[in-house]
Amino acid sequence: MTTDVFSALEALLPRVAKPVQYVGGELNAQLKPWDSVDVRWALMYPDAYEVGLPNQGVMILYEVLNERSDALAERAYAVWPDLEALMREHGVPAFTVDGHRPLGAFDVIGVSLSTELGYTNLLTSLDLAGIPLHATDRTVDDPVVLAGGHAAFNPEPVAEFIDAAAIGDGEEIVGDITDVVAAWKAEGRPGGRRELLLRLAGVEGCYVPALYTVRYHPDGPIEAVEPVDDRVPATVTKRTTTDLDAWPYPKAPLVPLAETVHERASVEIFRGCTRGCRFCQAGMITRPVRERSLAGVGEMVDAAVRASGFDEVGLLSLSSADHSEIAEITKGLADRYEGTNTSLSLPSTRVDAFNIDLANEISRNGRRSGLTFAPEGGSERIRRVINKMVSEEDLIRTVSEAFAQGWRQVKLYFMCGLPTETDDDVLEIAGMAHRVIRAGRAAAGHNDVRTTISIGGFVPKPHTPFQWAAQAHPDVVDGRLRKLRAAVNADRKVARNIGMRYHDGQPSLIEGLLARGDRRVGAVIERVWRAGGRFDGWSEHFDFARWTAAAATELEPLGVSLEWFTTRERDRNEVLPWDHLDSGLERDWLWADWEDALAGQEQDDCRWTPCFDCGVCPATGTEIEVGPSGSTLLPLTVLNPLAARSDVN
Amino acid sequence: MARVRPGEAANPAPPTVVRVRIRFAKRGRLRFLSHRDVARSFERAIRRAGVPVAHSHGFNPHPRLSWVGAAPTGAASEAEYVEIGLTRSMEPGPLVAALDAALPAGIDVLAAAIGEPPPLAERIDASRWTIELPGVAPAQLRAALDALLAADTVVVERITPGGRRQVDVRAALVDAEVSARAPGGGVVESGVAASSAAAPARHCAIMSAVVRQLTPAVRPDDVLSALDLVAGLVPPVPAKATRTAQGLLDDRGDLVDPLGAVRVTARG
Repeated sequence: MTTDVFSALEALLPRVAKPVQYVGGELNAQLKPWDSVDVRWALMYPDAYEVGLPNQGVMILYEVLNERSDALAERAYAVWPDLEALMREHGVPAFTVDGHRPLGAFDVIGVSLSTELGYTNLLTSLDLAGIPLHATDRTVDDPVVLAGGHAAFNPEPVAEFIDAAAIGDGEEIVGDITDVVAAWKAEGRPGGRRELLLRLAGVEGCYVPALYTVRYHPDGPIEAVEPVDDRVPATVTKRTTTDLDAWPYPKAPLVPLAETVHERASVEIFRGCTRGCRFCQAGMITRPVRERSLAGVGEMVDAAVRASGFDEVGLLSLSSADHSEIAEITKGLADRYEGTNTSLSLPSTRVDAFNIDLANEISRNGRRSGLTFAPEGGSERIRRVINKMVSEEDLIRTVSEAFAQGWRQVKLYFMCGLPTETDDDVLEIAGMAHRVIRAGRAAAGHNDVRTTISIGGFVPKPHTPFQWAAQAHPDVVDGRLRKLRAAVNADRKVARNIGMRYHDGQPSLIEGLLARGDRRVGAVIERVWRAGGRFDGWSEHFDFARWTAAAATELEPLGVSLEWFTTRERDRNEVLPWDHLDSGLERDWLWADWEDALAGQEQDDCRWTPCFDCGVCPATGTEIEVGPSGSTLLPLTVLNPLAARSDVN
Repeated sequence: MARVRPGEAANPAPPTVVRVRIRFAKRGRLRFLSHRDVARSFERAIRRAGVPVAHSHGFNPHPRLSWVGAAPTGAASEAEYVEIGLTRSMEPGPLVAALDAALPAGIDVLAAAIGEPPPLAERIDASRWTIELPGVAPAQLRAALDALLAADTVVVERITPGGRRQVDVRAALVDAEVSARAPGGGVVESGVAASSAAAPARHCAIMSAVVRQLTPAVRPDDVLSALDLVAGLVPPVPAKATRTAQGLLDDRGDLVDPLGAVRVTARG
């Protein structure tokens, strides 16, 4: 039995903002008896509750682990600085929101690394838990700190702080790790912590950084990364979950009591994407495409709506309109939920896969929010470079139709700082926005149409063709965005209907350092954290000067720098920090795709054209899993518990 | 009114035919819910339970729920009220059972009644609060309370999202009395407890106060601020406030149940 810290926490809660985020008690939360299992997981999302609670990865693993009779999983989120200060003052340790048990009492702390800017929050949680920050200082009684999520495809910057990283899909590897930990504990923990780590290194997809040494060339780059023990594999290949219909998680989505960033149930309609956008790490590391079937989607939506009471269901994927039966899914669901004020949303849609029938179906039973598309690049040329082949004609045609049908708002997402980009590429965004408004006014028959253009700074990510690219300096990005704003406003007749949103480029540069850094960057993270760095993904907490100062102190004596890691283009032969982690993509294919990018050559999608040998299917023993199934969704008999009993007037 | 645009589904929302008034509790760790959190939980529970709730018309339909005098974040309550508009007439009994089952444990439906005139808001003008002050000797609380009641006005300042607001606690305070919880846990008369003031850390003074609902509302925190202002009373650990009743203040200083006599209660 372990102690519950709630009574100590309770006395602090009246003194902090939004205390509800720390009390747990969400609908569909689970709390298993501590002593009923062999292996206890804390699933930690190193960002605020309002961001972490809706995370699908955490929800899936929470259910998968809690379904095992020999394991339990509880959740933890980052605490805001107001509560952190009180916890330190009163000696309250980091806790889970389910059982309010101290994090240090768990066997495994699974940390979801969705964004690199959460790394300082990981350190806060470990420190508040009383767990030594450095893996080498931990004892046999400390939990295993296990990173997962997309950023775990290059965990080198946090290698000092974690014990292991799970690469790829998590559904099956968490079970394998549970088995290893359970056996090691049952045997009386032979060989201590090192033996446990060696056994974990034997789990497919599980990377244990401490079991590899990194040697560097005197001028900066890595010379070699080598395992220190015969039992440790030279490269770790990602895990891939196949047959999504066999993994219908989350079955009962968590329904927060507090307000969160996504107030909806989410159903993942497929995983992976082979559109081949060269900037997109998610699309590269989650191949191949695996669709959930029409019937599988229908069952999950039904279960989620019943279990949660949400009035919106998001049909999630990296490009939802690309599902082979998206028309049947949306029409079938709209028919099923007719008259129930249940709306559907497609969070990521390509303009070339979208049509107005789809838009009408998703809004048939509920709210009609704006339409959102991501052309990503302003010019046809830059869209060829990034391989996002949507045409302005497609965009104008689609938004015209939407405005004609009564939509009044279209959001457009772009990136700035892309490889080979010039001022002109960015300035073409203004022309596109102007034409959207003009075409929209003509189609709508009135002037009350609006578009918002949102622009983010591009950050090159590992395991993409742009992993070799030089990141644009924030001054370049900020300069181009200033010119863009002037160009948008230059046409006064339409500018009043165009909103423009962008973030300044400085956090992107730090994200770039953390994304493509190696183990030497760990000291920068720790220095920033010790200087007070928290919640770096939040502009009100991010402090660029703190990062540049820490980078100068920790990196420059080693002959490298913030710029060396970010704005420097790599050559083909340089050993990249993540080369020993295998996403399945052939390095030669990535390089060829990078050269194609520089030459403005497009790459097709292997779902509809022959295989182009990116390497993922053979490397991971998988294949594309797509429909169509040719079936349709049958009407659902909605069982209303009150319908049978109420007296109808 | 909102014009139906081409291609837009005509809003099918049927009209409200009956209103049901509900009394519910906000308990335990769920007392840290804000009013917005409570409202969201109700909206979702109503959908899960299949309650035939009426929706507002237009572009962005919302379920028709009317709230009165929500307890502040951090305060527990045994007497919160909401009125739900329904599209068909139904008995409150099954509704209470279904809704209670669909709400998270800690938001518990206690009773319901069909809405009759006058409106719910006109049936409530005061609240009774129980405020527990662990570590405060009852005699100390009584002295502070006497000082507060003796004053004509006691104005405290509260920081709200809209800025600083001044509230007169004395004007809202109708009545207050002090009791104590003995170390064993039972409530004893203040006179008895006062004699054991030698071990203050084991005390828990309890104040029961009837507070008129003025604008801006006087909250338990404001009453505590007033006790600090008039007598320097600062509880060593945060006080715990629970609203035990709301209603219309009658001649004898009692609160008249806003649901009226014809009501159903949950679980017997």
